[in-house]
Amino acid sequence: MTVADARRRRERRRALRASLIALVSTVVFFGVLTALVVNAPGWATVQESFLNQQVFEDALPGVINAFWVNVRLFVTAEVLVLILGLLIAVLRSLPGPVFFPVRVLATVYADVFRAIPGVLVIFILGFAISGLGLIDPRTDAIWFGIIGLTFVYSAYVSEVYRAGIESVHPSQDAAARSLGLSRLQSLRYVVVPQAVRRVIPPLLNDFIGLQKDTVLVSFIGVVEIFRFAQIKQAAAFNFTPYMAVALVFIVVTIPLTRLTDWLIARDRRQSAAGARG
Amino acid sequence: MRTTFTLARIVAIAAVLGACTSAGATNAPSAAPSASASPSAAASAVPSASASAEACAKDSLAVVTPGTLTLGTDNPAYPPYFLENADGSKTDPWELGDPTNATGFESAIGYAIADQLGFGRDEVTWVVVPFANAFAPGVKTFDIDLNQVSYKPERAQTADLSDGYYFGNQSLVVMKDSPLASVTSIAALKDGVFGAQVGTTSYDAIVKLIAPTKDIKVYDTNDAAIQALGQGTIDGVVVDLPTADFITNVQLADSTIVGQFTGGTPEYFSAVLTKDSPLTECVNESIAALAADGTLDALASQFLPFQDTVPTFQP
Repeated sequence: MTVADARRRRERRRALRASLIALVSTVVFFGVLTALVVNAPGWATVQESFLNQQVFEDALPGVINAFWVNVRLFVTAEVLVLILGLLIAVLRSLPGPVFFPVRVLATVYADVFRAIPGVLVIFILGFAISGLGLIDPRTDAIWFGIIGLTFVYSAYVSEVYRAGIESVHPSQDAAARSLGLSRLQSLRYVVVPQAVRRVIPPLLNDFIGLQKDTVLVSFIGVVEIFRFAQIKQAAAFNFTPYMAVALVFIVVTIPLTRLTDWLIARDRRQSAAGARG
Repeated sequence: MRTTFTLARIVAIAAVLGACTSAGATNAPSAAPSASASPSAAASAVPSASASAEACAKDSLAVVTPGTLTLGTDNPAYPPYFLENADGSKTDPWELGDPTNATGFESAIGYAIADQLGFGRDEVTWVVVPFANAFAPGVKTFDIDLNQVSYKPERAQTADLSDGYYFGNQSLVVMKDSPLASVTSIAALKDGVFGAQVGTTSYDAIVKLIAPTKDIKVYDTNDAAIQALGQGTIDGVVVDLPTADFITNVQLADSTIVGQFTGGTPEYFSAVLTKDSPLTECVNESIAALAADGTLDALASQFLPFQDTVPTFQP
């Protein structure tokens, strides 16, 4: 009993010491970093240009308001991305020689749209495709942005889905087939449901990327959060509105990244438990 | 013809995105402002020129490269501010216009200011300064930046802006077959979709002078706005008159200048210098001298004659 008590006390002391060290090292680290930045020769200028409280307060309400354009962009695009990405992945996974051209097409799609920088895809859509005259040139540029983002991100997401599909053990498919399901039925009812569940964390990761890339749509004339900040910046000759944009994205994105990390950790725990069982 | 969209053009536009923002500016009544908007340009000539004569002596000027006046502007350097050489050549790395030949409005102004400060033709060098970089904090690579920067009080917070060396109006460019092509009043423009380059007074002119009912489209470059105009995404582009002249003559076939806007706050082009530069007062004195001896007006009518020929919008 006394031995256990002593051990518990020792452990408590060790834990306390660890916390103290962590605290001190954190304070010292950030203290030194802050001192370095604040005492840098250009600090006053940079502070005035990037961290001007007056400009920040003036810009923030408008910045938040402009962010709703981005919300429209990434919510609409995400829905389309999840559908189109899964379609491409399934097409790439179709078995049998008959589907060879389909597989080639899906592969080319994924390769091309991952190869071209997103900003160029949006630019080409917004300035070239819209100029063909096939659709009303007055179509709101936001739609070309949504389509462009959907093309780029569905290519990435199709790869995520495909990795998920390939991670499902072949015995699952074999078992389904032996029960009389067709190849497509096996894909639909056995493989894809398991695959999708496994890739939710990486899908969330791509969703975060998509959120941030909505600012690229500013390039084709849409006044969204980044463009709005740019207008403010140019009017005030002060870069602080960009910091407001950064803050909005931090507030929106970090909870999602935490959720993603938590899901990944939970999955790892579950699969480890599964392996033991 | 120009509206045919080639891959080369996409790449070209993409290449100048962000960096190139030769922002247009000004929507002042062209006659009044030299007296009202820039009192020092007219008034300071007599008292301060003599007062700081030795402070502005060539050898006592704090310039980036001793013995040389370093002027900056964006690349491409657009006509009519910068013109190519008579034989069509340009000094590397300049595109479209060549600042080093003293032809083109701002090139000529640059050399005229240099002359006032005591620098000869061969004592002037030009460096490329992207529009936004002129105001970014940090060490400047130029002494004086001439890039069609219109004066704004907010802008003067991060950089020194000289007195005005050009006073002109914003104008509206549309396609010749547009219903707006024959419009003479601002009231008739309300339902149009208009575009402008980000961060310009052209954008402000749309907001304040037209106040359209539809969303304004904002582009990184005038080139992108012009492309959108050419393919019918927008009804019109607002730019300053000299830029409008270049667009309708060179950049976009079948486009036309509908009119120029008067009213609003008088605005004018300023040279950009480092914040609190001792050179600024000397440049202001040079500009005042050039205004007083008629050089500014002469250069404006030589390189920018259109300001008198484009009709003015009624309210």
